[in-house]
Amino acid sequence: MSTNPAILVDKLNVSFADNHVVRDLSFSVASGESYGIVGESGSGKSTVLRVLAGLNRDWSGSIAIEGQAQPKHRDKAFHRNVQMVFQDPYGSLHPKKTVDDTLAEPLAIHGLGDAERRIGRAMSEVGLPTSFRFRFPHQLSGGQRQRVAIARALVLEPSILLLDEPTSALDVSIQAEVLNLLSALRKERRLTYILVSHDLAVVAHMCERLLVMQFGRGVEEMSAATLAARDPKTAYAQQLLTASEGFKRG
Amino acid sequence: MSDTTTARTGWHDWLITNEPASRRQARLGQTYRQWLAFRRNPAAMIGLAIVLLLLLVAAFAPLIAPHDPIAQALDQRLLPPSATYWFGTDSLGRDIFSRVVYGTRVTLVIVLLVVVTVGPIGLLIGCAAGYLGGWVDVVLMRITDVFLAFPRLVLALAFVAALGPGLENAVIAIAFTAWPPYARVARAETLVIRNADYIAAVRLQGASQWRIVWKHVVPMCMPSLIVRSTLDMAGIILTAAGLGFLGLGAQPPIPEWGAMISAGREQIFDQWWVATFPGIAICVVALGFNLLGDGLRDVMDAR
Amino acid sequence: MSDQPLLEVDNLRVNFHTPTGIVRAVRGLSFALGRERLGIVGESGSGKSMTGRAILDLIPHPGEVLADGMRYRGQDLLTMDKRARRKLRGRHISMVMQDPKFSLNPVQTVGQQIAEAYRVHHKASSREAKERSLAMLEAVQIREPARVYELYPHEVSGGMGQRVMIAMMLIAEPDVLIADEPTSALDVTVQLQILKIMDDLVTSRGMGLIFISHDLHLVQSFCDRVIVMYGGKAMETLPAAELADESARARRHPYTLGLLGCLPDLDHPKAELATLKRDPAWLA
Repeated sequence: MSTNPAILVDKLNVSFADNHVVRDLSFSVASGESYGIVGESGSGKSTVLRVLAGLNRDWSGSIAIEGQAQPKHRDKAFHRNVQMVFQDPYGSLHPKKTVDDTLAEPLAIHGLGDAERRIGRAMSEVGLPTSFRFRFPHQLSGGQRQRVAIARALVLEPSILLLDEPTSALDVSIQAEVLNLLSALRKERRLTYILVSHDLAVVAHMCERLLVMQFGRGVEEMSAATLAARDPKTAYAQQLLTASEGFKRG
Repeated sequence: MSDTTTARTGWHDWLITNEPASRRQARLGQTYRQWLAFRRNPAAMIGLAIVLLLLLVAAFAPLIAPHDPIAQALDQRLLPPSATYWFGTDSLGRDIFSRVVYGTRVTLVIVLLVVVTVGPIGLLIGCAAGYLGGWVDVVLMRITDVFLAFPRLVLALAFVAALGPGLENAVIAIAFTAWPPYARVARAETLVIRNADYIAAVRLQGASQWRIVWKHVVPMCMPSLIVRSTLDMAGIILTAAGLGFLGLGAQPPIPEWGAMISAGREQIFDQWWVATFPGIAICVVALGFNLLGDGLRDVMDAR
Repeated sequence: MSDQPLLEVDNLRVNFHTPTGIVRAVRGLSFALGRERLGIVGESGSGKSMTGRAILDLIPHPGEVLADGMRYRGQDLLTMDKRARRKLRGRHISMVMQDPKFSLNPVQTVGQQIAEAYRVHHKASSREAKERSLAMLEAVQIREPARVYELYPHEVSGGMGQRVMIAMMLIAEPDVLIADEPTSALDVTVQLQILKIMDDLVTSRGMGLIFISHDLHLVQSFCDRVIVMYGGKAMETLPAAELADESARARRHPYTLGLLGCLPDLDHPKAELATLKRDPAWLA
């Protein structure tokens, strides 16, 4: 392992037209670490992920992945190394493609042979039985779809996974299964995660450190232990934490 | 549900299974499911029957037609419908029934040629404009607007006038005027599709723009275009008939329905059958394609 | 509760007749609602939303609603004709849905819509309706009611839209409010403000509230009683406080315990989350 952090973001700014959605954001994620970003809607947390993934090119500042500064147009090597899982399992799979098509596509793009073995491996790793291989998305449940989306991200054997609210559209029992799967995969493959979520308990469960964002700024960076001890320093983080505990009368 | 290991028998079960064993079975199963849904729609089934009938009649025209469609018999002019001449004869003594039967071939050729040329052109222009955006979009869509600005028949007339009358030129003219709506539809769909997460996911895999458009956007636009072209066939048939009526489409003695109506217009009050039967044929076929298109829309566009 | 319940539901069933067979969305649910906050929790497909819709006669076409009894203050809802049922809906029983954007008319200002809702059920001049509407907007804690009154639905934020919806539903002063995931699309802080408004209405006006949600924590902290639904059936009905009560664990249904166990918990970190084992016997 090099001493470079897996992800280094420095003074990131993102604007759409006259809307400044991310302001002077800096953070770094060590290799093998799981890093959470929490915030309410409009905090810019998902935008950060899309910029990191190369889906959004309206940014300034600097982004380095494993020591390499990233241009706005990413190359193929970048895409092999950094993959993403989206929030909505109903929208992130092509409705007219079978599981097999979906998993074969990244292999075809990168000209990787041995598709049979790779697809089989990816499916078994995410716990999808082989009988699901030729199903269409409409023949899968939400949790199964999200497993396909994770398998699609893994099939290129990346070292960094960007997770955009991967379980917020799922039932709690399915959420538990998917979170367990993500934890196990990280351990097995020594993956680096950035997990964006609005759910503090999920972030505390999955991540070692987290960043609280509000109105496009990083408000506070803290460890999961600090969060569990309910000891954030800023008022906003404190407020989020209180709100997440549920309703209080009086 | 995944632990049913008992061997399934019968096509139905093989097609409807939730665990297809191959790509082919999955695709066939998908189509079969759509067919099951389609079958429940009586109007669509009538449309399908009419279109199938059209295909059969065209294929077996020589067997069905009792007379030669272009053989003239001047002593048999303008006879009313009878046992020998089911639909009567026209002013040159030709059997109208046989001409209507052979006319299905002309109609089918026009429809197929137009659809084969128009569908892909509209699809590619629309998807490229929608996905690539920017100046590509602006240029392609302004060209589309120019074509859309003229009424279809008038534009087709202008093309035929420039190219000269004839069946091939009529097809080219209709094709030229028919693609813009297809491009519009494809572009509108693409604008929605390109923001979908599954497109973002392929972009993230490093796919080239052409690959994304061709392999991921186009398949999503296909159903609505198939539906649109089926619905459009009625219009194409009517435009072809219109050109034929004006003498700018198929040239005599080719038995084209529009031209046949045109030929019968002088006798419409005295020998009604000359213009009526080809007219009914046009109506029925146009209706058939419309019903079929409606049925397909219900099945394929259901999201 | 000493007085007559506001709403009684006895053996409610909702069936959908599809080409592939009958889908039974709700299979025999019974409960009575008093002047309280009754939570209905469950996962997707548990039938919780269908229950709310069935009470309001809002089940879409291939669906059918059956029950041994469904009474609003003793009036039989099942034998009531469509017109009377419609009158009841909105005036006495209202519903707030998850996404306000789909429930508001995009070409009318929110104020007009609230005033309209009032005038449908009360004889009032337009001036009086406007005054009532402004008061209602204030009651749901909208800071500048006069300004918001003139806004169109697309000009208001999600949280404000939901408040407008609630104002619209409450201006007729219903006795029963059915809230189907009213805050799920909202941020936590906004969520709590909305709950506060509904809570005040229950306490101050004696309204009965059916709060349908997938969020166990929220239901536990907000409701008085909870029905836990799974596969169209009530697994159990319990006081909300007992959801969090460790000492009451032995009395809990295994499904309820399973749901609670799946949730990541700030105070009890675990390496792996428990997963839910579903027992077919629960649906027997």
